[in-house]
Amino acid sequence: MVLTDGSRLIIESLARAGADVFVGYPITPANLLYRYAIMRFPAALSAPDEITTMQWLCGFSATGLLPVTATSFPGFALMLESINMAYMMELPVVVVLAQRLGPATGSATAGADGDLLLLRGTISGGHPLPVICINSLEDCWTVPPLALATAASLRTPVVLLTTKEIVMTQCSFDLKKLPEVQPISRPGCPDVEHYEPYAPGADLVPHFLPVGNTLHQVRLNASTHNQQGIIQHLSAPGLENTARLEKKMYANLSRYTRYSLDEETGADTLIVAWGNAALAAREAVKLLRSKGKKVSLLLPNTLLPVPPEYLDIISRYPRVVVAEENLSGHFRTVLFGVQGRDGVVGVNSLGKMIAPEEIVDRVMENGRVAFFIS
Amino acid sequence: MVESPFLSPEPLPFCPGCSHHLVVRQTAKALTRLGLKPLEVVLVTDIGCHGIVDPFFRTHTVHGLHGRSSALGAGIAAGLKKGKVVVYMGDGGASIGIQHLIECARMNFPLTVLVLNNMLYGMTGGQPSSLTPCGFKTPLRPEGKLEPHYDLCRIVHSAGAEYVSRLNGTGDFSDGLVEAFSVPGFSLVEVVEICTSYGLRYNPGQKTEALAQNAGLEFGVWRNPAKPVLRLTLDTNRASLLDEEPITRQWTAKVENRLGILLGGSAGGGVQQAAELLARAAIVSGLYSTKKGTYPVTVGTGYSVAEVVIDRQPILYTGIQTPDVVVVVSQDGLSYTEKLLSKMSQGLLIIDESLTLPPSGAKVITQPFVKMAGAKNATLLALLYFLKSTGTFPVEALLNQIKNASRGGAEVASRLEVQLSELTKEEEHRSAEEHKEV
Repeated sequence: MVLTDGSRLIIESLARAGADVFVGYPITPANLLYRYAIMRFPAALSAPDEITTMQWLCGFSATGLLPVTATSFPGFALMLESINMAYMMELPVVVVLAQRLGPATGSATAGADGDLLLLRGTISGGHPLPVICINSLEDCWTVPPLALATAASLRTPVVLLTTKEIVMTQCSFDLKKLPEVQPISRPGCPDVEHYEPYAPGADLVPHFLPVGNTLHQVRLNASTHNQQGIIQHLSAPGLENTARLEKKMYANLSRYTRYSLDEETGADTLIVAWGNAALAAREAVKLLRSKGKKVSLLLPNTLLPVPPEYLDIISRYPRVVVAEENLSGHFRTVLFGVQGRDGVVGVNSLGKMIAPEEIVDRVMENGRVAFFIS
Repeated sequence: MVESPFLSPEPLPFCPGCSHHLVVRQTAKALTRLGLKPLEVVLVTDIGCHGIVDPFFRTHTVHGLHGRSSALGAGIAAGLKKGKVVVYMGDGGASIGIQHLIECARMNFPLTVLVLNNMLYGMTGGQPSSLTPCGFKTPLRPEGKLEPHYDLCRIVHSAGAEYVSRLNGTGDFSDGLVEAFSVPGFSLVEVVEICTSYGLRYNPGQKTEALAQNAGLEFGVWRNPAKPVLRLTLDTNRASLLDEEPITRQWTAKVENRLGILLGGSAGGGVQQAAELLARAAIVSGLYSTKKGTYPVTVGTGYSVAEVVIDRQPILYTGIQTPDVVVVVSQDGLSYTEKLLSKMSQGLLIIDESLTLPPSGAKVITQPFVKMAGAKNATLLALLYFLKSTGTFPVEALLNQIKNASRGGAEVASRLEVQLSELTKEEEHRSAEEHKEV
């Protein structure tokens, strides 16, 4: 047993999975991620700001390295344009986003799950950005390789979403129960006579060759471009390529879908929780079952785009309780829209953790409540 | 026109008379003279008239964001094992990305940036840039720019660039480009031009040479001594972060239920360390534990509060809704926890005797922790007192953690043990006296 924190596990896991380089600008609550990455990654640089961070990362990525950064909302906001660039250029990058209370600089040392709707709209045009979240200390070890593998195999930026409570709280933890982290496979490019940097493969992902290789010319482009990487206006090849970016994410969704489902036979209520609230939800389920209440629990790791499996699972339950540490219910909105659905209620909070008892109360209460702010 | 291996034969896409033609052709000429092959070169461009040229290059090309090409190029240059990175940006891009240029110079990324300074942002309809001299007229500022400009070359040179030059964008300046491209580290060349469409029309008869002279911009070369070049080297043998000594169970705890313990003190008072040692001591006693800290942005002043949860069962939810135990050793800690204390209808408050007791339903213990142990160790003494009086887990578990925490730990632990013994004796004596009176 050790006393450790999620930041340490995330960075060690990413390093073992094959991340090459970390560039960072320390911002609470991502400071520990920065500190550990500087100690552990094969290479690491301190950048003067988040825009520079993402541009350097994209440069490294273009040369074939797998880069990572860590930030919180104010820093992520500065990275938005460059994340769009990485998305359009199809460059693998992992951004560990440790959420804190907003808006704006908010409260640096207060946790929150408040960035999900921002992430849904991060890419201009509404293109889906893979967002994979961490729901426990164990996830700090097992989920980062999935984020890195998704970035590399789909040639895309990926957000690894976590929160202050998970990356900064020290917890007793048994390292012996951790599975081995295997290095992810790095997709290469077959021996081709003619290479086009954005010609899609069967999975809609183009083969990757780094700039600087002496076999084939590589053109990377942040503007609308064709398969050759040449800038386009509204030509059919340019628009087809832009549309492919979206299709690529949905076509490969099953490759990066991960969730945990604990279904109880006869349960009419499903609790859905992510991030920090997932821990409270697990305790709530124990409490409820000890009281004889049948209840099921869905802990999604892949938040965006929404895997269709979630909708199938949710449709089996007349009552759904979504717990998340934000005011308006971000994931609830993503799943059910603004109008909601009969039988769906939220447990939400602002500036404080959701307690297991609050989830228990919501499950046990009768009638429909739009949402609950404690 | 001689065909270049670096360029496609099609006509370049610039306006007639634009100096960008020259910059492109002479880039190709200089690279050829250096014996480079097209695929040994990466051209990085961004938004602006210069940025529409990359389809004409037979090199690798990367077309990025407005003003960011030098930072993107820096990453590429540092990531490559070999090869030449050439970055194009306009004076607008240089204004947007001045920080990136300074960083390139400071850290000596191995690339050459060519700033095509045609005195305005061409693609936005022509507003002046930060490099545009005062008085220069543009379509969006036809009265003439009122604000001063800065000297990019001097800024970048003072930031440590190995090689900086300003060239007049006329004639053959390929020698200057060869020189710049040959620098192992960071080099920047500012090519002075005037935009033919927006610049010359509003400033008829202007010549680059006179324009530069009137603006106090010298043509020339500025150098700094060579310094290490930043190319990434990957060290894949870094030590694991998990190589820490495991905490092994040595004692047995009495505690059956979850306990939420809140520690309140002042910055510099050792509250966070005390909390961590308590969490470790709980593990040594066969329990699960969590620890988190709260403090103001200033870190070195004001309150310092820590939450420790201990339980016999694995802990998922790490919050404390109502604490079971609160330890307060300073006014900062009391001010922070006062509201919470007033809500406690049970539990234990262990508070330094110097503090005014707040209203609380908790059982209160007051002792002179600060007087005896000093501000730095008062929280530890209070925690030892808590363990001794409740038997939550053995005092020795915490003493052992204190002993091993730092070089002087053994001495601190031994002093605290004596102080705890004194406190306990006094408490026993007081109880005996009270018992006698009864």
